[in-house]
Amino acid sequence: MFFFRKTGENAPLDGFGSILAEAVGLILAWDPDLIEIIALSLRVTLTAVAIACLIGLPLGAAVGAFRFPGRTVVTVVLNALMGLPPVVVGLMVYLMLSASGPLGPLQLLYTPTAMVIAQTILVTPIVAALTKQVVEDLNREYAEQFASMGVGPLDRVGALLWDARYSLLTVALAGFGRAVAEVGAVIIVGGNINHVTRVMTTTIALETSKGNLQLALALGVVLLTIALIVNAAVMAIRASAVRAAYA
Amino acid sequence: MIRRCFLGLAAGLALALGLSGPAAAQDDFIIVQSTTSTQNSGLFDHILPIFAEKTGIEVRVVAVGTGQAIKNAANGDGDVLFVHSKPAEEKFVADGNGVERFDVMYNDFVIVGPAADPAGVAGMSDVAAVLAKIAAAEAPFASRGDDSGTHKAELRLWGETDVDVAAASGGWYRETGSGMGATLNTGTAMGAYIMTDRATWISFGNKGDYQIAVEGDPKMFNQYGIILVNPEKHPNVKADLGQQFVDWIISDEGQAAIASYQVDDQQLFFPNAGS
Repeated sequence: MFFFRKTGENAPLDGFGSILAEAVGLILAWDPDLIEIIALSLRVTLTAVAIACLIGLPLGAAVGAFRFPGRTVVTVVLNALMGLPPVVVGLMVYLMLSASGPLGPLQLLYTPTAMVIAQTILVTPIVAALTKQVVEDLNREYAEQFASMGVGPLDRVGALLWDARYSLLTVALAGFGRAVAEVGAVIIVGGNINHVTRVMTTTIALETSKGNLQLALALGVVLLTIALIVNAAVMAIRASAVRAAYA
Repeated sequence: MIRRCFLGLAAGLALALGLSGPAAAQDDFIIVQSTTSTQNSGLFDHILPIFAEKTGIEVRVVAVGTGQAIKNAANGDGDVLFVHSKPAEEKFVADGNGVERFDVMYNDFVIVGPAADPAGVAGMSDVAAVLAKIAAAEAPFASRGDDSGTHKAELRLWGETDVDVAAASGGWYRETGSGMGATLNTGTAMGAYIMTDRATWISFGNKGDYQIAVEGDPKMFNQYGIILVNPEKHPNVKADLGQQFVDWIISDEGQAAIASYQVDDQQLFFPNAGS
């Protein structure tokens, strides 16, 4: 691939300026291979975050809003799962999806779908645990009102999630940050296959192992830029929504 | 307005979801479990397009250490195994996981070291003597330590000396537990001697002041082999497509493609199928 040229024989690290220049060069060159890798990174990560939100938001809200036996245990487990080591998740998903594993017939190993599954497992506990915290605080304010109006449990969760939506955007962004930066799980279940499952983080790992440290760092700067853009976009949506709400 | 914003966000997420479905039905691909040396040296980028053009078969390479590649293939996660540790490959076939093993190509291992050459081994060619001298000097030596083909070869060479590397581990003998490139990055940073395959070394971009200190011992011969994963044991194996790849690699055409791959005007792999 074009952008995988060597950065020069025994290229030393020439300081941050030249790394930054190389990163800008990488973006400006608009190399189709690099674009493909960036697109796959975003596709996998955003899908994983979306699924994690579909599961984690209601789950976290339910734990935050209701008292039930074992609630403390669920909370502790959710909080602990936020620290799941990606490599362990990668291995678990590999064993499930392997041709010798229970889900082998689905033939999902070494596909982007496998990477989405691994990242969803990593991100869901983060979304759920942080949502639980946000909703619990809000529920304290609302509890009496809910009780006096006789609001049912489903409507309660819905109302709490809706009213906490701005804070929950930040929750989703925390999940996005975890997923987009993650390499240990996706490299095991994706296999870092060129044009199929190669994403930004596995490319950075590959270039590091080839000794192309400058290129690896420049790719890191590109990844950071993408994360910045996504965060800025979400924050802009949030700001305009808040303005509209109080206008 | 607010709702519209959130609807937009939801639509975006839904779009991302929809996009993540399986790629367009494209069944003409095989998965090859292989090693980092063949991938990192750029060999696959050179030969696979030639094969794809001829047959229309896309080859997806998973590049890991030989030990992990063999385990993955033994689980049926791959159609072809293309690695470099002959005893382990023969065991793979004997265990019924592979159909038949073919020699493909060879290169050699070299020992690289810092220009200062603390153990005074530069230019020597008897690898057992070199290792003994490094051990006697207690000069740092970085080992892969990851059950890869290179690691196994390195341990076989230590076996020809009376050095107990397991006892020295953590002292001058340092196991990185990582791939070749990562071990080169780590080893060069700590001033250690490192055994590496020549192809990875030539294409490695972070050499610093390191040079090849030792080369040329016939014991440092590094043979690569290719095996079709056994479809009788693993029914999901694409036996027909995989066999086409194996046949091509050991054909005159595939062998010529391997021989024509050069980095810095040096041929990295030497085809020797059927010899």
